[in-house]
Amino acid sequence: MEKKVKIYSTPTCPWCIRAKQFLKENNVTFEDIDVSIDQSAGEEMVQKSGQMGVPVLDIAGEIIVGLDKERIKQALGLL
Amino acid sequence: MLDLIIIGAGPAGITATVYAARKRMELLVITGDIGGQAAWSGDIENYTGYQFISGPELVLKFEEHMRKYGSALRENEKVTNLEKIKEKIVVRTDKGVYEAKTAIIASGKRSRELNVLGEKEFKNKGISYCATCDGPLFSGKKVAIIGGGNSALDAALQLIKIAKQVYIINNSAELSGDAVMQEKLSQDSRVIVFNNAKVTAITGDKFVTGLRLEKADKEEELAVGGIFIEIGLVPNSEFATSLEKNQLKEIKVDRYNQTSVPGIFAAGDVSDVTEKQIIIAAGEGAKAALRAFRYLSRHNFISQDG
Repeated sequence: MEKKVKIYSTPTCPWCIRAKQFLKENNVTFEDIDVSIDQSAGEEMVQKSGQMGVPVLDIAGEIIVGLDKERIKQALGLL
Repeated sequence: MLDLIIIGAGPAGITATVYAARKRMELLVITGDIGGQAAWSGDIENYTGYQFISGPELVLKFEEHMRKYGSALRENEKVTNLEKIKEKIVVRTDKGVYEAKTAIIASGKRSRELNVLGEKEFKNKGISYCATCDGPLFSGKKVAIIGGGNSALDAALQLIKIAKQVYIINNSAELSGDAVMQEKLSQDSRVIVFNNAKVTAITGDKFVTGLRLEKADKEEELAVGGIFIEIGLVPNSEFATSLEKNQLKEIKVDRYNQTSVPGIFAAGDVSDVTEKQIIIAAGEGAKAALRAFRYLSRHNFISQDG
């Protein structure tokens, strides 16, 4: 079954744009959560990741901070 | 042995790669990220051919252009040392050792750090170097911006839209950023500027809760939930220990992008080129690649039939 993927991002952060592009390239469907408009989602992100930098990926409960391609692939089972 | 190693994949490194690949040089690009500072630029309105493009979009176009040639690329890799041993240029990274006949250093610049207690500990835990990226997470909070130049004022203008209060902590007598921005900020009562003030420590628990401020012989605590450090840039030139640099630690180059060691070239913001602009970095990258090619030809390293 496909894993549920969420990405917490802001529209202006270059790593967020690249992370989303990376997911698209790998044909991964994901939910994009814009924390610049959804403040409670921002708080949720901080709580989950223990830090305040974007992007944060939630891949079926595994939290990855930043565009760590290797870890993302691993979490997605693409390796 | 490789013809060329290019260190960095910002505008200079990417353009050098395109030029070198078109000369059929056998090359390897080693870089931490793609795009460098250009990826962090907001709106770009002075790159010829684009009346308006965002930093990430321009970088995407650069990257596509580079990848078209299929040159070997190692991302997320940090160069730790570069030296010339006899006729070989040896590049050491956190992941391996590579050798080539020539090298182009295009490793750019990074945000300067404050070097105070708590800075490392609270990075991404209330400390940010990119107001554009992380700003929205500080909505409703009191924040401090360290710095007094254009990037600091730009961060202040972005944050004032969402933060409860914005402190600007500037270590000189007055702000140095553009008057237009200063005016806008002075009209907002939520902006408080501390001149001649120095941050001595960043404090917190899980996240930043405040900072210690030293001004005119007295120290005080300032409670903030976010700190944005905007105090300029430093060149990524530490690994090039054997090369001559200027006072700013930029690698010295002549007008052919040649460094103090023959066969090692530098281009873009890491070099002492007079202006730091995306288009200039790109042009310098092209010059460096063409020069590296000539260097190889002159030393009969390359057969001319390619």
